[in-house]
Amino acid sequence: MSQAVEPAGAVLALHGVSKSFGSVRALSDVSLDLFAGEAHALAGENGAGKSTLIKILAGVYRPDGGQVLLDGRPVTFAGPGDARDAGVAVIYQEPTLFPDLSVAENIFMGRQPRLRSLGGLGRIDRRAIHEESAALFARLGVALDPAAPARGLSIADQQMVEIAKALSLRARVLIMDEPTAASTPGEVSRLFAVAGALRGEGAAVLFISHRLEEVFALCQRVTTLRDGRLIATEPVAGLTPDDLVRRMVGRDLDTLYPKTEAAIGAVALQVDRLTREGVFTDVSFEVRRGEILALAGLIGAGRSEVARAVFGVDRWDAGAVRVGGKPLPPASPTAAMAAGLALVPEDRRAQGLVMDMSIERNLGLTQLRALRRGGLMSRRRERSRAADWALRLRLKYARLSDAVTMLSGGNQQKVVLAKWLATGPAVLIVDEPTRGIDVGTKAEVHRLLSELAGRGLAVLMISSDLPEVIGMADRVLVMREGRLVAEIPRAGASEESIMSAATGQVVSP
Amino acid sequence: MTTVARAARPTQIGAPGAKRLVDQVLRVRELALLVILAVLVAGTELGNHRFLSTQGVKDLLLNAAILVIVAAGQATVVITRNVDLSVGSTLGITAFAAGNYLRGGGSPAVALLLAVALGAGLGILNGTLVSFGRVPSLVVTLGTLYIIRGVDSIWVGSQEIVAHDLPGGFVRLGHGGPFFLPYLAIIALATLVALGFYLRSYRGGRELYAIGSNPEAARLAGVAVRKRITAAYVLCGALAGLGGALYLARFGNVDSGTGSGYELTVVSAVVVGGVAFTGGSGSVYGAALGALLLTTINSALPSLGVSSSWEGAIDGFLLLAAIAVDRLVALRVARVLRRRNARHG
Repeated sequence: MSQAVEPAGAVLALHGVSKSFGSVRALSDVSLDLFAGEAHALAGENGAGKSTLIKILAGVYRPDGGQVLLDGRPVTFAGPGDARDAGVAVIYQEPTLFPDLSVAENIFMGRQPRLRSLGGLGRIDRRAIHEESAALFARLGVALDPAAPARGLSIADQQMVEIAKALSLRARVLIMDEPTAASTPGEVSRLFAVAGALRGEGAAVLFISHRLEEVFALCQRVTTLRDGRLIATEPVAGLTPDDLVRRMVGRDLDTLYPKTEAAIGAVALQVDRLTREGVFTDVSFEVRRGEILALAGLIGAGRSEVARAVFGVDRWDAGAVRVGGKPLPPASPTAAMAAGLALVPEDRRAQGLVMDMSIERNLGLTQLRALRRGGLMSRRRERSRAADWALRLRLKYARLSDAVTMLSGGNQQKVVLAKWLATGPAVLIVDEPTRGIDVGTKAEVHRLLSELAGRGLAVLMISSDLPEVIGMADRVLVMREGRLVAEIPRAGASEESIMSAATGQVVSP
Repeated sequence: MTTVARAARPTQIGAPGAKRLVDQVLRVRELALLVILAVLVAGTELGNHRFLSTQGVKDLLLNAAILVIVAAGQATVVITRNVDLSVGSTLGITAFAAGNYLRGGGSPAVALLLAVALGAGLGILNGTLVSFGRVPSLVVTLGTLYIIRGVDSIWVGSQEIVAHDLPGGFVRLGHGGPFFLPYLAIIALATLVALGFYLRSYRGGRELYAIGSNPEAARLAGVAVRKRITAAYVLCGALAGLGGALYLARFGNVDSGTGSGYELTVVSAVVVGGVAFTGGSGSVYGAALGALLLTTINSALPSLGVSSSWEGAIDGFLLLAAIAVDRLVALRVARVLRRRNARHG
């Protein structure tokens, strides 16, 4: 991509901005210039201050020190509405939709066009909203109905609504905070096309992603943050991914996928023709001790749903699940746990952790029985066990009595892992174990998984991160539209072979 | 990324069918209430032929009007994922304020305005506490329920306002009306239509739904969340005040206990009418139908010779039935959407 050196001044800029939350300094003295027609990447580990920076640009937070400059003039955004009116559009990591309202209302909330005629009484112009929404979707090439309620949309479609929202603003600055974390390659390419088109029309783009290859594909310049400080702003052209990782982490990283060869033993988990009507059909596979089996596929292919059914969260309609040869009763997580299954869910905030509870309490949740002493919970035992696990997983924390909300995403994930490992499982199911986690912690999670497999644990890993699947798995199963469509051995696993199976193009044997 | 471009095909999820389905469910909810209401009225009429006489209908409408007005206000608050438990106390104190003023020889129009203004003032208090205090509205308005009731008790003491103290014009407002249509019902209907129109067709109204549906997203969309929530409470308080003045006009009798426990009836009406406590859904029309249904049941029981002791139990049963229906419908919709997603995904 061409180098965009702009003679004109920055559209939106930060000058020496600082922000603290209580005693925690999230940003100190950070400057950033966003130029029209340029895609700028923001890199950094979780907790480096990226989200804080975005929220300052979006008018959600006000900086403690320094200035926000719009077209070279200092501005103060009193709220997200101000930033939006100034032409700043943000696509957040998590879709921010109103499930009860229609797609069209979602796009225009807070700035609906009103009827100008006298008889209109200043009402919302519903027809304009629907027509403009339909036009936006036509431009994006998606077949979404503006009148449909947002509830029930797939994550990908929700993301499309967010993009339509950003488009409708005719934004001068488009900020994308990890928009691809939950996307399939097709959606990513569409997103990039939109970002490219906006850039061509003269918008400034700020892009945040943990997928470095996307940074290199999309952006011209990159700013790296570490611990709330600016490390460097430089053209992407002269950099290698390793350079970038070194700037983010501040040290050389051992290999990101430390997969060790483990002796593969007896069958630990056997899933036989499992079917849940309308969700997945005839799914059969087995996981052996010491093996990491990856379940790949597009979002919505039914991978997480299989995991949930195996673990007994959802009921299955036909088929059987056997752990160590013994059949598991359907729809009973208690029985699954007793049989030695552990599930680290996809959404750690909603399903894996009690966010307001302390680290030690969260760790203790899966072993309430073991921590009992004369019928009551033993705080001391809870704490000492928690401390053990924190050490083993290299958890970064201030105090074990802190709420898990205080931890960074990667460390939260470690708490979820520890919580389940503490049950001494025979089979560990991990769903998107490193989504939204910075590279440093990602490598640690991978090392941990590898080590666990080495000690004879059977690991079933659901992941949309193809390098992770290829780097970590002994075998790859691919699901498409609720069915297993391919089994690929480690030697044959490549992005091409997995994606062609997942999308239904030519399946390699 | 290597194989990026291939999976790009238009997504079909959320096709028009989903909209129709949800629409249907919503319409069915209000339709179902109408059907139950019709069956109840017809059944009672069969048991007691005076139930649908001109006087009977008039009584029914008179009894429902005040509840409809207060429930419409409550529904507006519940749509934002909050609740106002102080409406009973507000109704009591505004009724007394209006009566006290009229007793001193005031004009009926000013008395109405006074009650509405006092209610709106109490709404500002509730709204400010809820939106700025970041305390759950259930707790805040439980507090203001007792505070307002306490102030009311001190102010009223052992005084009592009786119909005799009130000007004739004001009393007629509470009883009269053209044909079988009481003024009260006309006021209730006008309030309902105006509020329903506002909630459906204006930015302010849609923003209330947005706040209830996803408060964080509303904030990010630039919605003035605190201002809107406060406004909803002011409206709810004002309508409770209007309800207080009309209560005075209808019953002519106000003491320090007026309106106690009324908030529970109001909340029941709102929930039976399909306004979800989780916010973002339902309509004031549903709430009004809920109010009408509860009132009709309470009027039908004596007509059928059933002891009024059953009232409470039956209201409670209806409430649970309404929630159960909501839950079943939600599960069904979820399943249908799941199937559809599976087919297209």
